[in-house]
Amino acid sequence: MKHTLAVLVENRPGVLTRIAGLFARRGYNIDSLAVGRTDNPLISRMTIVVDGDDRVIEQVSKQLYKLIDVIKLTDITNDEYVDREMILIKVNADPAIRGEIMQIVEIFRARIVDIGRNSLIIEATGDEGKINAIESALRPFGIREVVRTGKIAMSRGPKHKNGKSQELL
Amino acid sequence: MGITGAQALIKFLEEEHVKYIFGYPGGAVLALYDAILESKKIKHVLVRQEQAAVHAASGYARVTGRPGVCLATSGPGATNLVTGLATAYMDSIPVVAITGQVGTDMIGTDAFQEVDIFGITMPITKHNYLVKDVNDLPKVVKEAFHIASTGRPGPVLIDIPKNVSGAVFDYQPPGPVDLRGYKPTYKGHPAQIKNLAKFIQEAERPVILAGGGVISSNANEELYALAEKINAPVTTTLMGLGAFPEDHQLSLGMLGLHGTPYANYAVTNCDLLISLGVRFDDRVISVASKFAPQAKIVHIDIDPAEIGKNVIVDLPIVGDVRLVLEELLKKVTKKEHHSWLQQVKAWKESHPMVYGNLSQLRPQYVIEKLGELTRGKAIITTDVGQHQMWAAQFYKFTKPRSFISSGGLGTMGYGFPAAVGAQLASPDSLVVAITGDGSFQMNMAEMGTATEQCLPIKILLFNNSYLSLVRQLQHFLCGKRYCGVEFTGNPDFVQLANSYPGAVGLRIEKPEDVEPVLKEAINNGKLTVIECRVSEEELVYPVVPPGRSLDEMIHYPVEEGGTNE
Ligand SMILES: Cc1ncc(C[n+]2csc(CCOP(=O)(O)OP(=O)(O)O)c2C)c(N)n1
Repeated sequence: MKHTLAVLVENRPGVLTRIAGLFARRGYNIDSLAVGRTDNPLISRMTIVVDGDDRVIEQVSKQLYKLIDVIKLTDITNDEYVDREMILIKVNADPAIRGEIMQIVEIFRARIVDIGRNSLIIEATGDEGKINAIESALRPFGIREVVRTGKIAMSRGPKHKNGKSQELL
Repeated sequence: MGITGAQALIKFLEEEHVKYIFGYPGGAVLALYDAILESKKIKHVLVRQEQAAVHAASGYARVTGRPGVCLATSGPGATNLVTGLATAYMDSIPVVAITGQVGTDMIGTDAFQEVDIFGITMPITKHNYLVKDVNDLPKVVKEAFHIASTGRPGPVLIDIPKNVSGAVFDYQPPGPVDLRGYKPTYKGHPAQIKNLAKFIQEAERPVILAGGGVISSNANEELYALAEKINAPVTTTLMGLGAFPEDHQLSLGMLGLHGTPYANYAVTNCDLLISLGVRFDDRVISVASKFAPQAKIVHIDIDPAEIGKNVIVDLPIVGDVRLVLEELLKKVTKKEHHSWLQQVKAWKESHPMVYGNLSQLRPQYVIEKLGELTRGKAIITTDVGQHQMWAAQFYKFTKPRSFISSGGLGTMGYGFPAAVGAQLASPDSLVVAITGDGSFQMNMAEMGTATEQCLPIKILLFNNSYLSLVRQLQHFLCGKRYCGVEFTGNPDFVQLANSYPGAVGLRIEKPEDVEPVLKEAINNGKLTVIECRVSEEELVYPVVPPGRSLDEMIHYPVEEGGTNE
């Protein structure tokens, strides 16, 4: 099962390497990882999606939490949360079929952000399901390039209540 | 008034009561060496290879319980530390390693002697730093000592570019350490401790398993009190040797692949296993699913990530072993386990630790004699191989911090440099490095270091011209097809020793030589190599074959005359 971890880390050189290295070294697979600063410039937040059973996730979390630069770690999988991912798709688009593509873009509330001679770049944001759907809707036209940010997520409500789940042990 | 980064560093080390820096100089650490020269409190110990500097720092740390410090230059100096750092990391030993780095303007250009030691050592240190601004240095060094020595101890590396150690700045003493992401849990959860007391109350066949965590948290007295109060036999891991006196009737000696038969039987048959500061290494448990199958397993450890990693536990307690035991002792009442202890005694009698007769010189016998002559009170360091297992099996350790060996990484070449650190840490102790001809040759250049420092270390060298533990594996697993395990170019170790000023070489060839030669070595006050000529045919028993449970070990073959005389 896929788990979504929200991880607050010190905004320091090497932190991403530490985290990515930990996953590689212990043979855990990162599904996606998105990082950016928070409102505090000294702290970054990572949203890590990782696949595994409860034991694997427990180990991943504990090992991550051991890193000195990890400030707080929350498995938000079972919380109510909002998640988004962004995608840019460059798709083949002869002038003749542009109308058809534009309809799809409309349906998904996506946007065309660039027009080339024979291609379009489309931007979309949404949860994973929507992003997958738009990608497959556009596939028949011939996708030239795709870039996805990976998921970012935030729990609903005031703030997360049971961070640092390790302390429960 | 301004001082240099290097001077600030040395000043801080002095305040931390660092007495020795084990190191090797180079261009990138000139300022640091210059600052050491000015210090009246810190002595530099020049090793012969940087790997020995970390091992010595680690030996020092294991004897004193305080961080050992080593220093190397950038590039090759720094990479030579890697094996030692990994060794310390696996065994949770507090070491602070300082490396020089090329100037900040050169970083990333593949400059002369540049290597990304920060990146290289990330997975083998508890934490590491690259200091780019001299103003950060005091804070970083303070944090490094804090991280290395608190929680689950471990090595920390500080990489300091040349221009940073050379820079003059306005030194401000660092404030208290405050790391948002690092707050070890020391006190165990009271409800869990209460549960443990209840488990103990209900248990009929308890066993205590003590690991390295008992030693690093200085919990040996609490362990002793608990064992006596609840009358539970105590077995230890390799790292836990010395945590419980092996001359005590509740002692089972070491557990695991080469553990004692009675420890392996007791754990397989116990109904409660109280594990203290262990990490359930595969050498200890063999197969996880067959480990302590009838027992409720309790795991007390300061590192939450260790709990549930290899073995599923019934009761986890995160905390410092000593503090948890202190609390626990208030909650348990006296217990007797007559029939269980009777059973354990029967196993001890039916399956004692034995070795072949003395028609030839037996390494086990030499180690046993050494134990008798020193009454289990020497500091023993070992390398890795058969000799290491025999040292663990046949020397009866009676106090903590007296068995120093690379348990986790299994690093050959560890024992002798670790003995250098141990002897400096405890000048009045008898320090014996038990080693094999293979392992000794990995770091025997440290004879020079030991000579220079006038250290009266005894090197008990079992020479069989073989890498015998690997030979043993080939014996059992490759149908006696021996490959790459024989040395035909060994030096004359006695002459080698004699060639160092102030050192001597002695030789033991027959069982009758053992006692007199050991006595001579113990009393001569000199760096001494005692070469024991032994047969490569010896095998370490008992041994648990791969994939088997602990009680399915192979015992010493009786037909070969398994006795102690
Ligand atoms: C650095 C290193 N390289 C290789 C090994 C694999 N290894 C484990 S034991 C051993 C043989 C050790 O031989 P020796 O030091 O002579 O000890 P003996 O087994 O003969 O007592 C080897 C090669 C190791 N543990 N460490």
